[in-house]
Amino acid sequence: MNEQLAFTIEVFANGLMAGVLYALVALGFVLIYKASGIFNYAQGVMALFAAMTLVGIQNGQVPFAHLINAIFGTDVHKFGWHVHSFLAILLTVGVMILLAWAVQRFVFRHLVGQEPIILFMATIGLAYFLEGVADLMWGSELKALDVCAAEGACLPQGMNMWLEGTTYEAFGYGFFIDNLDIVASIIAALLVAGLVMFAQYTKQGRAMRAVADDHQAALSVGVSLNFIWILVWSLAGFVALVAGIMWGAKSGVQFSLSLIALKALPVLMLGGFTSIPGAIVGGLIIGVGEKLFEFLIGAPFLGGATENWFAYMLALLFLVFRPQGLFGEKIIERV
Amino acid sequence: MKYKLGTMAVAAMMAASPVLADLVFPSMSYRTGPYAAGGIPFADGYADYFTMLNARDGGIGGVMTSVPECETAYNTEKGVECYESLKDTGGLVYQPLSTGITYQLIPKTTADDIPMHTMGYGRTSAKNGEVFTHTFNYPANYWNGASGAINYLLKENAGDLKGKKIALVYHNSAYGKEPIRTLTELGAKLGFELLEVPVDHPGQEQKSQWLQIRRDKPDYVIMYGWGVMNQVAVQEAANIRFPMENFIGIWWSGSENDVLAAGDAANGYKALTFHGVGKDFPVFADIQKYVVDAGKAAGAGDQIGTVLYNRGLYAAMLAAEAAKTAQGIHGVAQITPGQMRDGMEALEMTEEKMAALGLPNFGPSFKVSCQNHGGDGLVGVTQWDATAKTWSLISEFAATDKDLIDGLIAEDSAAYAAENNIEAGCK
Repeated sequence: MNEQLAFTIEVFANGLMAGVLYALVALGFVLIYKASGIFNYAQGVMALFAAMTLVGIQNGQVPFAHLINAIFGTDVHKFGWHVHSFLAILLTVGVMILLAWAVQRFVFRHLVGQEPIILFMATIGLAYFLEGVADLMWGSELKALDVCAAEGACLPQGMNMWLEGTTYEAFGYGFFIDNLDIVASIIAALLVAGLVMFAQYTKQGRAMRAVADDHQAALSVGVSLNFIWILVWSLAGFVALVAGIMWGAKSGVQFSLSLIALKALPVLMLGGFTSIPGAIVGGLIIGVGEKLFEFLIGAPFLGGATENWFAYMLALLFLVFRPQGLFGEKIIERV
Repeated sequence: MKYKLGTMAVAAMMAASPVLADLVFPSMSYRTGPYAAGGIPFADGYADYFTMLNARDGGIGGVMTSVPECETAYNTEKGVECYESLKDTGGLVYQPLSTGITYQLIPKTTADDIPMHTMGYGRTSAKNGEVFTHTFNYPANYWNGASGAINYLLKENAGDLKGKKIALVYHNSAYGKEPIRTLTELGAKLGFELLEVPVDHPGQEQKSQWLQIRRDKPDYVIMYGWGVMNQVAVQEAANIRFPMENFIGIWWSGSENDVLAAGDAANGYKALTFHGVGKDFPVFADIQKYVVDAGKAAGAGDQIGTVLYNRGLYAAMLAAEAAKTAQGIHGVAQITPGQMRDGMEALEMTEEKMAALGLPNFGPSFKVSCQNHGGDGLVGVTQWDATAKTWSLISEFAATDKDLIDGLIAEDSAAYAAENNIEAGCK
C-alpha cells in the first residue's frame, strides 16, 4: 500500500477513536440540556470529581483528611484498605447520585422558571464550588488510576499488537490503535445503547423523554419534574464517571481533567445540544476532522498544533449552515 | 479593668500580626488548579527548609524567618496580585514559579528594588545582570537545558550527532518555544535534524503528535512540557513503543508526577536537572527531626525527597545562603530587599558549602556576579526506575554550550534594553 495512504488511514482510524472520547464528555452535556434546558458548564468538573472520588475510594483515602486534621489536630490520611474497582465504581455512582440530589435540592429547585442565562451562571458557580470541594475532599495531588476487574486484568494501555500485525501482513504497514481507545469505543457504544434502551423501554426513561419534549405537559400527567431532574443529573454524573475513567487512565487523575469539557464544546455545536446520536456523530466528525487536518495541512504547512482551533472552526462552519447542529431540534419561535 | 483589656488587646494584636523583625521569604505557591500537583511539593520544600532553619539554627544570622504564602493558582493576574499583597510583608526575594508571572514582575521588582529568583524558568536572558538588575535565574536556564540535552546525546553518540533526527515536543507557548532557537543553532553546528512538534495547551490529547513521531522515526525526543502534557506524552510515547531511554524531558517534565501515571511503561525515561534527587542527603535527617517529627511540616510530610520538593528546598537554601551573604556584606542581620539583591549578586556556591549544609553534591558549584545572574548553567541527567519508583542522577552536572548561549543572551537582553530604554551596567 502507498505509504501516504496508509498513514492517512491510520490517522483517520485514530481520529475516530479520539472522537469517541470527545463524545463521552459531550453525552453528559446533552442529557442535562435535553431534559432541563440547562447548559451544564460543570460537566467537566463532574468528570474530575467522579474520577477523584473513584480513586479516593479505591485507595481507602479519608475524605476531607486535611480539613479534619487541621480542625481536630489528628493525623489521619488513609483507612488502610483497598477497595475493588467494581465496588468503588458502585460507591462512586452512589456519590454522584447524592450530588445530583444536592444540586437539584439546593440549587436548581430554587431557580425554576428562571432565564436560561441564570441557570447557566448557576452551573458556572457549581463548577467552581465542586472543584473546591474535590480539592478539600481528596487533595490536589496527581493520582494514578487503575481500574481492574482482577489482578492483572486492568484497563489496557498501549498499541494493539494484533491489529498492528494483521495490518502489516495485509498492507505492509502496521496500523497503530491504542487498546484503551478500543475499550473506550466499546464502552461508549454500550453506554449509548443502554441510554437509548433506558429512554425507550423504561417508565422513568419515557417520563424523561416526556419532560424533554414538554415540561408543562409532562407535569400535567403526573410526572415529577424534581425526580426526573435528579435522574438526569445522576445519569450525567454516571457518564461523567465513565469519561473521567477513560481520560484519567491516560493522564492520571488531576485537576486539569476538568478541561476535557473544552473538547466537548465543538462536538455539541456540531452534533446539536439535544441529540445523543448527535453527540456521537459530532464527536466522530470532530475527531477525524481535526486529526486529518493536522496530518494533511496543519503539521506540514502551518507549524502544527492546529487541532484545538480547527475543531471549533469546523463546528462554526456547521453552525453557519445548520444552527441547531446536525441532529439538534430546529428552534421555531412564533411571534 | 480598662488597662487590662487594653493590654490584652495589644497582646492579641502582637500575636496575630507577623513579627516585623523576621526575615520574610514569601512563597508564591499554587496548591490549587490544574497545576497543583506540581505546585504543592515545591511550596512544601520551600517552607520546610525555613522551618528547619528556625528550629535548628534559630533562623539566619540570629533572625527568625517567616514564609507567608499566597496562592497564585499558576495564574498570571493572581500572581501579580500576590506580589502586590506580599510586598507589605517586606519580602526579601520573590519566586513567582511561572514564566508568565515573571515577565509581568520584571519591571515591577526592578522599580521596587526587590530581587526575584526564577530558577530554571522565566526570561532566559535575565542572566545578563547588567540589563536585568533585579532578576536572577541561577543555576541554569532553558537554553542551558537544551544545550545540556544535546551534550548528553553527544556523549551517548561518541561525540557525533550528524544525520541524527531529534524531535522537540513542546508546550505551544512562550515557555515551550524557548529552546527552538538554541536547538536550531546547535542542529546547524552539529549536523542533526530538528523536528518541531508543538502540543496545544493543556495537552490532554496528543495522538496526532505521537503518530507523527511514529511516522518520522526520530532517534531522540526532547520534551519541554508542563502539567498534564507531560503525563500524556510519556504514556503516548510508551504506547507507540518509543524507547524511553531516548526520551529526555526538561526539568519541568521530570518529576514523579510525570511518570507515575504511566506505570512500568515509563521505565527508563530521562529528564534534565540542576539539583539532586532522592533523600539520601544529611539535610533530610534534620528536616525529619525538626520539621516532620515536630509536626511543623508544610504539607502531609509525604513529599519529602520527591523531585519538586527537593527543588523547593534547593530554592529555599539558595535564598537563605544569599541572605547570609547579604548580612555579611552589609554587616547587619536585619537586611532589606535591596541588600538581599546584593547578597544574591555576590552568592557563591561551592561544594564545601553544600556539604556543610547537608547537601553534598546536591547541585552544581557556581558563582553569581553583576554580569552573570544565571550561574554557570551546569546540567545533569536523571533517569526513572519504574520498579523502585525513584529517579537517579546518571550524569554529573556538566557544562553547556557557553559561547552559543551567551551570544543568544546578549542579543535578547540588548533588544530588551533597547525596548525599555535601559542603560546596561552594574549598580
